[in-house]
Amino acid sequence: MSKPKFVYVTYIRTTPEKLWAALTDPQTIRKYWFGITAESGFRPGSPWQLRFEDGRVADTGEILEAEPAKRLVIRWRNEFKRELKAAGHTRCTMEIEMADYYPDFGGKAVKLTITHEAEAGEGAPMIEAVSGGWPKVISNLKSLLESGDIAFK
Amino acid sequence: MVDVSKFKPKTIYVTYIAATPEKVWQALTSADFTRQYLFGSSVDIEPRAGGRFRMLWPDGRVHIAGEVADWSPPRRLSVTWLVEGMKDFGELPACLVTYDIAQSGDAVKLTMSEAHSWDVPRDILKGGEMGWPKILSGLKSLLETGKPLAAANEPPPPEFIKAVKKAVAEKPWLCQ
Repeated sequence: MSKPKFVYVTYIRTTPEKLWAALTDPQTIRKYWFGITAESGFRPGSPWQLRFEDGRVADTGEILEAEPAKRLVIRWRNEFKRELKAAGHTRCTMEIEMADYYPDFGGKAVKLTITHEAEAGEGAPMIEAVSGGWPKVISNLKSLLESGDIAFK
Repeated sequence: MVDVSKFKPKTIYVTYIAATPEKVWQALTSADFTRQYLFGSSVDIEPRAGGRFRMLWPDGRVHIAGEVADWSPPRRLSVTWLVEGMKDFGELPACLVTYDIAQSGDAVKLTMSEAHSWDVPRDILKGGEMGWPKILSGLKSLLETGKPLAAANEPPPPEFIKAVKKAVAEKPWLCQ
C-alpha cells in the first residue's frame, strides 16, 4: 500500500517569479486562502506556520527545501484539530515549471504541482482533510494572478 | 443507451470558477468555446441523452467520439469518450466523462470525473491526469479573463504508450 497522497496540477498565466511571490508573501496568501496566512522565512530550516485571521495557529512545520521560483517543500502538521494533530506530519511539495504552450493561443502558462503526502506512518487523515481544500485555494490563487480577483469568497 | 452503472470514477478534478452555471455549461457545449481550451478541438454534440458527441480537430478529423449519457443543463453533462484520433488508444473501451456544475458561494464548482468500465491500468490513467488540468485550467482562464490559456498537449509518456499497446493486444476488459 503506497502512502496517502493528494496531487493537484494547475496552469496559470503568470511568471514563475510572480507565482513564487504569491506562494510566499503573507499579504497575498491572505487574499486567496480565506484570510489564513503563512509566516516563515521560506529558507531551508525556517519554521513555518499558518495562522487564521483571528491569530490562532492553524498549522505548523518547517521549510525542508526552498528554491525560489522553482520548488518549496514544507513539513506540515495540523494544530487546531486534535485528531489531525495527533495523526502527525505530512509533507507538501510545490513545484513551479514553465509549460509548453500554443503561441497563437493567449500566452505562456506556468505549471504548478501541489503534492501533499503523508510521512511514513504518520499524517494519513490529514491528506483526506486537505483534498477538499486545495482545489479552492489554488483556484483562488489562479484567479488572483490572472484577473486580480478571487473566485471563491 | 450506455449503461453508466458499469463505470467507476478513476480520475477526478475539481476547480472553482467565477462564472454562472449557465456560462460554464455554454463553455462545455459550444464549439466556439471548446476550441479555445481543448487543444483546438470543436465540440459537436446533439443536445439530448442518447445523442451523438464528437470533438473535431480544426481540419474536421474526429479527435474524440462518443454518446451523450446525461444532458441536464446547466447541472450535469455526461458523455462516453473515446479518443479515436490517437493510434491504438482508439481501440480501448470508451470511458465516461461527467461534468457536474454546482453553485458554491459566489463561484461555480466544476467537478470532472473520468470513469472506466474495466480495470484500467494505472499507466493508462496518466493520459487523462496529464490532460485534464490543462483543459480545465484553460476553461477557467477563458471564462474569468476572456482569454484562453492554452498549455500545449504533450506527447504521452513511454509507459502510457506501452500500457495502451499491451491492453489493445490482450483486451483484458473482455474477461472482466
